[in-house]
Amino acid sequence: MRFLRQSLTVAAKDLRSELRSKEALNASLAFALVILLLFSFAFDPTAETTREISGGLLWLVFAFAGTLILNRSFARELANDCLDALVASPVPPAAIFLGKALANLVLLVAVELVSLPVFGVFYNVRWTPHFVPLLGVLLLATWGLAVIGTMFSALTVNLRLRELMLPVLVYPMIIPALMAAMQLTTVLLAGEPVWGENWLWVRLLVAFNVIFTALALALVETVLLG
Amino acid sequence: METLAAENLWKYYGDFPALREVSFSISGGVCLALLGRNGAGKTTLLRLLAGLARPAKGRVTILGRPPREAAARARLGVLGHGIAVYDELSAIENLTLFGRLYGLAEARRAALEWLERIGLAHVRDSLVREFSRGMRQRLALARALLHDPDVLVLDEPFTALDDRAIAVIQALLGEARAAGRTVVMSTHQLREALELATHIALLVRGRLVHFGERTAQMVADPGWLYRHYGEA
Amino acid sequence: MRDAVRRTIVYAMTALGAVWLARNLYVILLALPDEVAQGAIYRIFFFHLPAWFTCFTAFFAAGVASTLYLIRRSPGYDAFAVAAVEVGVAFTLIGLVTGMVWARIIWGIWWTWDPRLTWAFITLLVYLGYLMLRRAIDEATERAKNSAVLCIFAFTSVVITYKAIDWWRTQHPGPVLSFRTGGGTIDPAMESMLFQNWFALLLVASALVLIRMRQERIEREVDALRRRAHAL
Repeated sequence: MRFLRQSLTVAAKDLRSELRSKEALNASLAFALVILLLFSFAFDPTAETTREISGGLLWLVFAFAGTLILNRSFARELANDCLDALVASPVPPAAIFLGKALANLVLLVAVELVSLPVFGVFYNVRWTPHFVPLLGVLLLATWGLAVIGTMFSALTVNLRLRELMLPVLVYPMIIPALMAAMQLTTVLLAGEPVWGENWLWVRLLVAFNVIFTALALALVETVLLG
Repeated sequence: METLAAENLWKYYGDFPALREVSFSISGGVCLALLGRNGAGKTTLLRLLAGLARPAKGRVTILGRPPREAAARARLGVLGHGIAVYDELSAIENLTLFGRLYGLAEARRAALEWLERIGLAHVRDSLVREFSRGMRQRLALARALLHDPDVLVLDEPFTALDDRAIAVIQALLGEARAAGRTVVMSTHQLREALELATHIALLVRGRLVHFGERTAQMVADPGWLYRHYGEA
Repeated sequence: MRDAVRRTIVYAMTALGAVWLARNLYVILLALPDEVAQGAIYRIFFFHLPAWFTCFTAFFAAGVASTLYLIRRSPGYDAFAVAAVEVGVAFTLIGLVTGMVWARIIWGIWWTWDPRLTWAFITLLVYLGYLMLRRAIDEATERAKNSAVLCIFAFTSVVITYKAIDWWRTQHPGPVLSFRTGGGTIDPAMESMLFQNWFALLLVASALVLIRMRQERIEREVDALRRRAHAL
């Protein structure tokens, strides 16, 4: 389908740009590692109680480090007025958005997959037996983060205080997704299955993603067209 | 058939009308030079024509279609204030990207051809970041013309260019005109624009006060139009 | 003429709302009996719960107005949206403060992660973000358009968050702010007062929205005049 192909072209362009300089990627990764380190002073990493909040800690790290990547999303189009050229092309704005969200998903998951082993080592948490369901939770929740983050990156692209405004706008709105991700991660790391009483969090993530992706695809054209 | 038409365009910034009742139409082979002081609304009008913004009232049609339709945008080439190429990609990567976005079947081959035409084939793998201003401008023009558009919308294409780049642009625009393309460009460089233009339009405070064919008097005395409308 | 009518309506609403609230306060403080479990402090609930109702109504109305703005692009809808959000934020604060006072008296702590309090705090942050966005965009039409999109996202998020917190609290139970008399059903006099106070608060809220909308309109006019002055 042409829409998908156009989105993938935009996604590939974003990824190529980012991988060439790796600015946002390195900053995000460094930030994630620093937060993990700082948390080790706040919470005793060896205690049993820390194991219980492990899911929460991990997603705090991902959320904070993630905004560094999300901010770049539309901001990288500002130099040389590239955004105008993209919008003027036959590619629908919704496809531009989808491509950028996909690129963000890849970058965010990359940071998460590097942070996860570090987290496991620092906090003595065994995650390898549960990797596949964990990966599922990572992908689902990160998509929610990517959709909201990319959309608000478009919304704030022309603002002076863009770097400040993006976290302020994004964090309150992704709380349901973060809640679900934290709960599911903690449960999985404790060795419990996600069926039964925890399945509702998976449903919440899916509903969150479907609703906000649909809303974003519908409204992004309004935002990008003056 | 008229290739580009504006019907009763209005554009507001809040309650302030930046464009009022702007209407005109041009057909193939016309090169329209859009003149006006800074703040008259030239860029606003060009953005509406290029489909980058929506008018508050009225409408724009490109080849009979609204500019937001993909079919119309595929026939449209846009060159704004910024060069709209990516600094962190190479020349060939930039042109191939835009070729793909415009749905060209052989994007890379078209990109290579155009790099030859504008004299940048020897630096095709260098990042745009390393180019001089004139080289960037030539690349930007290639990007705008890559998909062989029928209509070109250019915002001040001659601003701050070196002689070589100006010559290239004039040659390319002359070719486009001869091939029956439609060009709309805003400019402060009256002399270069008047050489190429077939029609002239003047915007004063958002209103189109003059629209007509280029006359010999305008070519001989470029400032005449401004003085005639009390803008000098 | 229209202005005078509008002003009369606003004064009438404010007066009616104020009188009704005063009368309600009298009833609440003096006429209603004490609640079985909580003593006198439960009376704050008559402001706590209606404040939630009002703020939710305001945010819902703002969402509707934003949607209408995006369809019609009439500035009146944008003025309503910002007015409704500001009033909604004010009532969210009232709900939060009354909740905190209530929790302090009943449990001796200022904050409990009671689902409604938590939801209110998140909602407050979401709409403070909306107000921050508005402040950051200078141009009126751009501001209206982008904040309308954000408002729709905000209301959607607020609804989803409510459900999510509900589920979280069923899995991680904690103290909940509420009251029931005796056998678990609510005294009819109290129930009627709950709704009466809600309507009184709605009256006051509506008056505030109308006043704020007029303020927006004047600001738009001033902005247009300023732009016109700069263009001359």
